Amino acid sequence: MYHTLTVLVANSPGVLYRVVGLFSRRGFNIDSLAVGQTENENVSRMTIVVEGDALILEQVTKQLRKLIDVIKVSNITAEEFVARELVLAKVTANPAQRGEIMQIADIFRARIVDLGRRTLTLECTGDEAKIKAFEESLRPYGIKELVRTGKIALLRGSKYAGVNNIKEEAL
Amino acid sequence: MRKSGGEILIDSILKEGVDTIFGYPGGAVLPIYDALYESNIRHILTRHEQGAAHAADGYARASGRPGVCLATSGPGATNLVTGIANAYMDSVPLVAFTGQVATSVLGKDSFQEADITGITMPITKHSYLVKDIRDIARVVKEAFYIATTGRPGPVLVDIPKDISGARVDYENPGPVSLRGYRPEQLPSSRRLKEAADLMAAAKRPVIYAGGGVVSSGAYRELLHLAELILAPVTTTLMGLGCFPGDHPLSLGMLGMHGSRYANYAICECDLLIALGVRFDDRVTGKIAEFAPRAKIIHLDIDAAEIGKNVRVDVPLVGDVKEVINLLVSNLKAKLPGAWQEQIYLWKKEFPVYYEENGHLKPQQVIQEIYNITKGKAIITTEVGQHQMWTTQYYNFTRPRSFISSGGLGTMGFGLPAAIGAQVACPEAVVFNIAGDGSIQMNIQELATADNYNIPVKIAIINNGYLGMVRQWQEFFYNRRYSFTELVNPDFVKLAEAYGAVGIRVTRPKEVTVALKKAMAVEKPVVIDFVVEREENVLPMVPPGEALGKMLG
Repeated sequence: MYHTLTVLVANSPGVLYRVVGLFSRRGFNIDSLAVGQTENENVSRMTIVVEGDALILEQVTKQLRKLIDVIKVSNITAEEFVARELVLAKVTANPAQRGEIMQIADIFRARIVDLGRRTLTLECTGDEAKIKAFEESLRPYGIKELVRTGKIALLRGSKYAGVNNIKEEAL
Repeated sequence: MRKSGGEILIDSILKEGVDTIFGYPGGAVLPIYDALYESNIRHILTRHEQGAAHAADGYARASGRPGVCLATSGPGATNLVTGIANAYMDSVPLVAFTGQVATSVLGKDSFQEADITGITMPITKHSYLVKDIRDIARVVKEAFYIATTGRPGPVLVDIPKDISGARVDYENPGPVSLRGYRPEQLPSSRRLKEAADLMAAAKRPVIYAGGGVVSSGAYRELLHLAELILAPVTTTLMGLGCFPGDHPLSLGMLGMHGSRYANYAICECDLLIALGVRFDDRVTGKIAEFAPRAKIIHLDIDAAEIGKNVRVDVPLVGDVKEVINLLVSNLKAKLPGAWQEQIYLWKKEFPVYYEENGHLKPQQVIQEIYNITKGKAIITTEVGQHQMWTTQYYNFTRPRSFISSGGLGTMGFGLPAAIGAQVACPEAVVFNIAGDGSIQMNIQELATADNYNIPVKIAIINNGYLGMVRQWQEFFYNRRYSFTELVNPDFVKLAEAYGAVGIRVTRPKEVTVALKKAMAVEKPVVIDFVVEREENVLPMVPPGEALGKMLG
């Protein structure tokens, strides 16, 4: 099963190395990882999608909490949350095919961000299912290059797993 | 007041109450060594950086205070790696300082450059690369705080030469604030009640105590708990001495080379109370058959240890001492019954023993070291057969009296650790029980012992083999002794060359005399005990077997 963790970390040098190193040496699998600054410039948020059963997840969370630079770990999988991914795709597009591809872009509310002589580059955001469907629809035209950001996520409603809401749950 | 980075560093270390540093100078730490030159800190110059790390480790284990070591960049720093990993596996508070090449050439494969913070990331609790002289004081404060609180462990601080050499107006750092670090936790009252209820209801309880009891200083609490609910106590290698070995409730060590009665008790108990332990594979044997009839209460300060290797019925996250105190207030004294009787019978029926045959046996040597020191010495060991015989034939009754590399199993640990322990406890008798293989891994530290007249006694259990590996080859590899036989130097001459006293013992009746002689001189002494070559450590649980299935 896939789990979505949101991890707040101190924005210190080497913090990404510490987190990623922990996953590799303990044999945990990272499915995707997205890192960026939060509303507080000293704090970054990592959104990590991990594959594993409950036992593995328990270990992942506990081991992450042991890192001094990790401020808060929340497993939001079971909560209501909004998740998005951004994809950029460069697709083969002869002038004759451009119309079709632009229609696909419309359906997915994607945008054309660049135009080459024989290519179109599209940008699309959405959840995993949408991104997958978008990719599948473009595949027949020939995807030259594609890049995905990895999932980022926030809890829905007024709940938050933010820096100012740090209360580690007791075991 | 203007101070150099090196001076700020030494001042900050002094403020942490440190009196001794073990180290080795080099190019990139020159500014730090310059500041040490006239400081009040005692610096012990080891003969290898690994020796410095292990000596700091031994110092920490013997004293309960953090150990400090110092090395230069590149090879100096990488030579610390084994020592840091060793301290990490055994949760020893160690702060390692390393010099680094100047920030202007950092990352350019400069002379004696190694990314030591990167290299040690998996084996430190935390690490720092200091890039601003104004951070030094704060970093030192944080490093000691992290190393000594919660589950102790090593912290590395890497300081480039231009930072330690720069000068700045010195300011005191404010209080340490680490947002992501909350070492103190207590279990909920619901969990405490669950644990107390299980203890009250248990018919056949066993306490399994480890290094966490030592770190926490929970000896009296452990004794009180055990006597209150009449639970026999078995300890791990790291826990030896945290419960008096001569107490009727003591089961000695459990696991691969544990006592029969400890392993039987684990197999039969209905409640296992695990205190400051981590269910290591050398302890549990086949994990699926470990304590098969028992509910498990696991108390540890590190939440990540709970549920890591075995399923636990009641998790208790917190400091062992504090939590036992909370637990006992809910418990009533129990009366002895069939279980205590059973333990007594097992202990009578299956004592550890060896056969005397007129030849010098390793077990006899250790027993006589116990007798002559009246069990009051600090014993360090290397790793292998001699280490296991020490756990069997030296009855540890006091905490911090047994210092051994448990988790990492580092050959070469014992001699520098003995030096560190002797520096921490100048009045104590310190013995390093070693193998003829292990002793040669850090034998250069004899020069350190001689240099500072640190009167450690080294008992080499010399069987001309890497004995434990040979034993495994005998049992599991059809006696194919592949590269385990050693051609050794003359240890007596070697000792003398280093300025130590060298004694050779080949017969059983010479043991006492040699030990008395060693105890009488205020110098480092090496005794080369030439013992029966193919003696085995028994009993033994074969790897991957259940604890009940012991050989021998």
